[in-house]
Amino acid sequence: MSQLIWNGLFVGAFYSLVALGYSMVYGIIKLLNFAHGDLYMLGAFAGFAMLGAAGGVFGSMTLLPLLVVLVLTMAATGLAGVALERVAYRPLRGAPRLSLLITAVGASFALEYGMHLVAGADPRVYPVRLGGTTLDLLGARVTVQQLVLVLIAVALMIVLNVLVTRSREGRAMRAIALDPRAARLMGIDVDAVISRAFFLGSALAGAAGVMAGAYYGKIDFLMGFLIGLKAFTAAVIGGIGNIPGTMLGGLLLGLLESFGTYWLGGEWRDVFAFGVLILFLTVRPTGLLGERVTERV
Amino acid sequence: MLEVSGLDVHYGGVHALRGMSLTVGEGEIVALLGNNGAGKTTTLSAISGLVRPSAGTIRFDGRDITRASPPDIVAAGLVHVPEGRRIFSTLTVHENLQLGGYLVRDQSVLRSRVERVYELLPRLAERRDQHGGTLSGGEQQMLAIGRGLVAGPRLLLLDEPSMGLAPLVVAAVMRLIADINAEGTAVLLVEQNARAALRIAHRGYVIESGEGSLDGPAGDLRADPRVVEAYLG
Repeated sequence: MSQLIWNGLFVGAFYSLVALGYSMVYGIIKLLNFAHGDLYMLGAFAGFAMLGAAGGVFGSMTLLPLLVVLVLTMAATGLAGVALERVAYRPLRGAPRLSLLITAVGASFALEYGMHLVAGADPRVYPVRLGGTTLDLLGARVTVQQLVLVLIAVALMIVLNVLVTRSREGRAMRAIALDPRAARLMGIDVDAVISRAFFLGSALAGAAGVMAGAYYGKIDFLMGFLIGLKAFTAAVIGGIGNIPGTMLGGLLLGLLESFGTYWLGGEWRDVFAFGVLILFLTVRPTGLLGERVTERV
Repeated sequence: MLEVSGLDVHYGGVHALRGMSLTVGEGEIVALLGNNGAGKTTTLSAISGLVRPSAGTIRFDGRDITRASPPDIVAAGLVHVPEGRRIFSTLTVHENLQLGGYLVRDQSVLRSRVERVYELLPRLAERRDQHGGTLSGGEQQMLAIGRGLVAGPRLLLLDEPSMGLAPLVVAAVMRLIADINAEGTAVLLVEQNARAALRIAHRGYVIESGEGSLDGPAGDLRADPRVVEAYLG
């Protein structure tokens, strides 16, 4: 039982990290960025390249170099996200939402098969592998590395939440989400703030990519596809556009999958996840913590 | 301090503004009157950089701002409080005010300006942690004006501040505008409620079908039979 919970929370932390970028972008410009999962893939490959380039420099220490690579990868995928927005989405500002959506699907394919060209179709084996000491945590077997990864994920999410709810930039993001025209009248440079939102969301996806690479040990150019859909599911469960809701959605999805797999068997895992997605879309499309808007016009 | 001359604005094929000119001097309240669709809001939007004029110039303190971006224009001290208030409805009153000072980098200046708005409008202080969308129409209008003040404007553009408000509340809003002006901020006031606007304005312009048709001191406009018939009748 506690093993199932732990496994669920662990996978859920990844989902949450990726889902946050989805949710932020949707909240601000109402775009479902289907290329978001591919930024996670890009992060995994960027981390792979950096670890490869560093070679055996780090020796047997695995955690410290991984943290360095994590930070560098976050910067790299963040910039990739900014470039994606600049090239693919900004020219379509004000265009119908369907055009944006189709562009996002196109961007997703471009990233996937771009990586296919660069790195080939064969899966790569991650040069850092997290195995290590096992602890007994309330009856669940947990490795130290798993614990570290979850703590990093939680720390990143807390930082993001503080940024969005407390800082000047976060206020500007929320203002744009509500009324971009009024936001411009406050002197907010809307394009610049949208860029920063893409940077943050993409950096988190990149971090999740490296962490997944190090944990699962294998990466390939299509790895972002499924997690992109899962992150979307997580965002819908929690309430897309709502940051605490999205975190919660990711964790819940992880738990649902963990228990669903246990009860129904591993081959039902994705069916379970997407069944929940359909359920939410029909019964409660605003998600668990979706905006309960109290407006007086 | 503000000189608008020969302003033309097109929306697609629609010629919304034709050669509109007006000036606002230091410390003045200038009313811009006209019917729905006459081009009042378009004039303000062109001044604040939200729409690009196709011809004409806008100068603020002698500087050409015709093609400046909204952030530059706000930073220069020209602040536009839009029609319909456009409060950020799920942000708190306090956050709305802080956003008004988005370009104010110095935190202590920002804090003291927000405090100043709370002194001026104690109702907002009582509701500082409430969502903006839960305020009454009059309170929202006060918040919209307060939010504009936090930017530290030297000229405030107000678009229909009396819209949808009860007569007593309109009077309170107009008093607030007069008070703000008395402290040295110039005001360009767009109104359909010509009577209320001309009561506090020093001068006024009347705009019809995108063109200025009449202008003069507020007292003269109030007595002008054309104004009386069309806007005060």
